[in-house]
Amino acid sequence: MADNGFEPKIIVFLCNWCSYGGGDLAGVNREQYPTNVLGIKVMCSSRVSPEHIMESFNDGADGVLITGCHPGDCHYIDGNYKTFRKIGLISKMLEDLGINPKRLRLEWISSAEGGKFAQVMREMTEQIRGLGPLDLKEEVE
Amino acid sequence: MKKDVLIIGGGISGVQSALDLAEKGYEVVLVDRSPSIGGNMVKLDKTFPTNDCSICISAPKMVEASRNDNITILTYSEIKDLIGSAGGFDVKIWKRTKYVDPDICTGCGDCETACPVEVPSEFEQKLSDRKGIYVEFPQSVPLTYTIDYDNCVGCAACERVCDAGAINFLDTSQVIDLEVGSIIVATGYQMMQPDEWREEYGYGKYPDVLNAMEYERLLSASGPTGGKVLKRSDGKPPESVAWIQCVGSRCKQKGMPYCSRVCCMYSTKQASISKGENPDLDTAVYYMDLRAYGKDFQQYYDKAKDKGVRYLRGRPSRVYEQSDGKLAIEYEDTEKGEVKTDVVDMVVLSSAILPSSGNDKLSEILDISLDEYGFFESKDMLTAPVDSTRDGIYLAGCAQSPKDIPDSVSQASGAAARALMPLRDRKRKGRAEKKPERDVSKEEPRIGVFVCHCGKNIANYLDVEEVAEATKNMPGVVHVDDSMFACSEDAQTVIKDAIKEHHLNRIVVSACSPRTHAPLFQDTLEEAGLNRYLFEMSNIRNHCSWVHSDDPEKATEKAKLLTKMAVAKAKRLSALTEEEIDVGDRTLVIGGGPAGMETALSLSRCGQKVTLVEKEAELGGKLRRLNTLFPTDIDAREFADSMAHQVGDEKNIRVILSAEIEDIEGYIGNYTATVNGEEIEVDTIVLATGFKEIEAEERHGYGKDPRVMTQLEFDEALSGGGLGKPENVVFINCVGALEEERPWCCRVGCGNSLKNAKEIKQRYPDANVYILYKDMRVFGKREEEYYMDVEGDDGVIFLRYSTGQEPEVVTGKDKLQLKVHDNLLDEDLEIDADYVVLAMQLEGDESAPILKKMLKISSDPAGFYMEAHAKLRPLELPSEGVYLAGGAHYPKNISDTLAQAEGAASKAMVPMMRGYTKSEGIISVVDDELCSGCKMCISVCPYGAIEHDPEEGVAVITDVLCKGCGSCASVCPIGAIDQKGYENDTIMAMIKAALLEDEVV
Ligand code: FES
Repeated sequence: MADNGFEPKIIVFLCNWCSYGGGDLAGVNREQYPTNVLGIKVMCSSRVSPEHIMESFNDGADGVLITGCHPGDCHYIDGNYKTFRKIGLISKMLEDLGINPKRLRLEWISSAEGGKFAQVMREMTEQIRGLGPLDLKEEVE
Repeated sequence: MKKDVLIIGGGISGVQSALDLAEKGYEVVLVDRSPSIGGNMVKLDKTFPTNDCSICISAPKMVEASRNDNITILTYSEIKDLIGSAGGFDVKIWKRTKYVDPDICTGCGDCETACPVEVPSEFEQKLSDRKGIYVEFPQSVPLTYTIDYDNCVGCAACERVCDAGAINFLDTSQVIDLEVGSIIVATGYQMMQPDEWREEYGYGKYPDVLNAMEYERLLSASGPTGGKVLKRSDGKPPESVAWIQCVGSRCKQKGMPYCSRVCCMYSTKQASISKGENPDLDTAVYYMDLRAYGKDFQQYYDKAKDKGVRYLRGRPSRVYEQSDGKLAIEYEDTEKGEVKTDVVDMVVLSSAILPSSGNDKLSEILDISLDEYGFFESKDMLTAPVDSTRDGIYLAGCAQSPKDIPDSVSQASGAAARALMPLRDRKRKGRAEKKPERDVSKEEPRIGVFVCHCGKNIANYLDVEEVAEATKNMPGVVHVDDSMFACSEDAQTVIKDAIKEHHLNRIVVSACSPRTHAPLFQDTLEEAGLNRYLFEMSNIRNHCSWVHSDDPEKATEKAKLLTKMAVAKAKRLSALTEEEIDVGDRTLVIGGGPAGMETALSLSRCGQKVTLVEKEAELGGKLRRLNTLFPTDIDAREFADSMAHQVGDEKNIRVILSAEIEDIEGYIGNYTATVNGEEIEVDTIVLATGFKEIEAEERHGYGKDPRVMTQLEFDEALSGGGLGKPENVVFINCVGALEEERPWCCRVGCGNSLKNAKEIKQRYPDANVYILYKDMRVFGKREEEYYMDVEGDDGVIFLRYSTGQEPEVVTGKDKLQLKVHDNLLDEDLEIDADYVVLAMQLEGDESAPILKKMLKISSDPAGFYMEAHAKLRPLELPSEGVYLAGGAHYPKNISDTLAQAEGAASKAMVPMMRGYTKSEGIISVVDDELCSGCKMCISVCPYGAIEHDPEEGVAVITDVLCKGCGSCASVCPIGAIDQKGYENDTIMAMIKAALLEDEVV
């Protein structure tokens, strides 16, 4: 566990139907995870656009996590497939910009997976803590 | 008072029946003898198998009931007299005075502080005290005080401190005359006080022997110990807790012969939650059969075992206190055949579910029968489970027999459907008029923020006041308040008053999950004249206090940020409208088995039009393959014929046999189904597609020898009659079940084997029948009794085997040679069998994967459709307009199936009788000025809701088809499409609020 005293800021997009519910369940089950993650609810993971991700990094996020329903479970049929493709493209874009694509992560979490939700939040925090603070200027250069 | 339906009992069943009827426009009176509605469910900490917080999911239902204009709630009231008949009952209701005027009482609690009288709290199972003036629990509905006349000393301290002047010692009880057309009895259950077990188990003798409801209160965060399990003897946490199952259940001598149906699961829940909170705690459950029979129950039980909960098979003979104060449990380990003694700190008795104490008197007043135990008797347990023995009176929930919550609410909806019969000619209340809305589009944002303590659920782990304080200075925020329970009834009044007083036009509630609670607050906004979309919630409980409970400081900081983000969003909210979509009276019922037929009959009798489609050439489904029906021995085919006949007599039902569904398109109120090439238009759809046996493959010699059959094949052989003269017949239960690949329990296999065993013994009294089982899971009314009956027959031999030690069958000889390891006797047995019958694991029907796609719904790994909510919405699917009945939800016996089918009909009738439903408010919009007509959005829309207008060269959205996923908005290269409620600007503002320290939201 990287404990370098660095407290990263992480924006998490949560789809209303699955992942947000997973977060609710994590709460019900009192699964503990770090406070570094801040959730923004969207109706479907497919609502998240490249602009939202770039804005997050720009404003000081050290990591961005997109969560959605498991393949096949999206409330809007196949929104999560679109998300999957989109995130693939954005990762490439980040690389071009000199941002470590590991700062962007996509996870499928159902509303029954409180444990997984907490686990992902812990992992993501650790991962970003390990990467250290994002210094846009430096990395972009 | 003249109303449509009287409902007696305000537990979850009564509330569900009331809502089902009220939503259809019928006027209901809901009577409860306690000061609050809520019944037993509100006392539970969590519910199995989803670990939902019980009060969190029932409180919104209670509030919903109390807000519905068609529901009149009379608490502290009892039925005194009844005359008349179905369609015209005259009822006298005795409404006891609470000596507190509910219209004036604000629920502030000053009186409670002043009251000098302390008596044991019934709600807390006497584990703590309440005052002489009290509310039962913080979420009580109505949330007003009651003076307990029996214990009041008349000091009038309460009267002196009541600023509102709500207390009136001169108030008197009154008799209310009520006219109704039908009555639903939902009096619930009471948990047995195991006093009788004082000798054996020391209940009432040793302080650390508890009953299950007492333990439930210890677990509850709002209970007497704040959610900490502590020993009554010394106030310390126990190091080991043991649960003893079937205390008073399955026991003729000292209790009830029936199985109470929920104890195995509630103790599994209690043990696994306790273990989860303290992994060092030793937890052990002493059981006879672990009846994890329902949807996801077995998986829940498996998980408890994985967590380390120990399960020991044996019925303890006694519990006694050792000199060191610990409790010794003496029991026979039936798996090993040894008598053992275990020592623990605390013992929980899983006591029986008993009929509610007032049932006797009520049955006399209503002139309806009780069964020998004191539950209300169904007119016919199998064919009319929700009808009482008197016309016009119906039964819901545990009043009829013990049940879990989903079975109770299903039946409660079923009772609501039946209760419509005597009301058929009555006029219903029409569409409610839209409440006038204040136009806020020209106003500057004036945001009101309400921060919730959620009792201690939030306040214990973060500083609520600090969160409220930090919010005060945010631009646009003009009012901040914090409340104990923001969802309580009185808090709604506070919100409404604040909207008026401070001229608020946006509301933020920082509390729990919008998934469960947003609708409630949105209703409050509407009542205060604000559009329901001018509301935002931040979840500082589930996503904060509960998950960061070890770091209050950081949790407080995060709660501030979450609230700030919500404020940023609130500032940008605008009023949205939901279009009303007309819903007519046509239903497509898919599946012509008992569930489908009963749903169709129920709908048709209430005047709805039904198309019933069946893939086979005749109606009947599984009834055509079964011989008799457990637990009654009724002939299945005769039963199918009689149902099919009734269907034939209904002119509102059109039956299509040998039907193939080629396509289904549309949405509620506008479905088009293509069946056998014909297009059929319907408003709602009920899935009653049933279940099927899994492929037997080559299990236990199947396929190699025709004498190895599946249970259904054997039923067919039995009704065919040609079995020869068998000497030995072997039933193997749980084939393909309770194992890694298919962990679930099929729920009906044990009963099926039992009834076929009985049939064989009746036909061939000399034959031996062997039943090889893992756990004998017979749980419904009369099922345990049936089992005892069969077990009493010497010619039926029960052998217990375990997963991994599956019986082997050698085929090809004169007789089938079966080898099995009996783990009760711990020996290998060989049996020469004439027939080996495999009670196969069951899974969803093969149509599920196809229908799932067409209707855009999902199913679980077993192929059963996923209901909208496992506990409280078992009959509905997440998308409105599609409902579930029978085995499509999960296999169940015929009486549960029929009750559920009536319930599904009731659910489908809600929008149909109301005549409309509403479309989404959150949909996408195109800015014509910006749109370049690139069609990117069209390619991503999963609903075909966007079209290209060639004339204007822009994208056009059909509002009712848009479901509001927002994927179009995320792909538009120039930002010409936006999603209402989740506009690009809004999301950007939330990001900024989260990340930029001094960002002005
Ligand atoms: S709704 Fe969850 S990903 Fe689409």
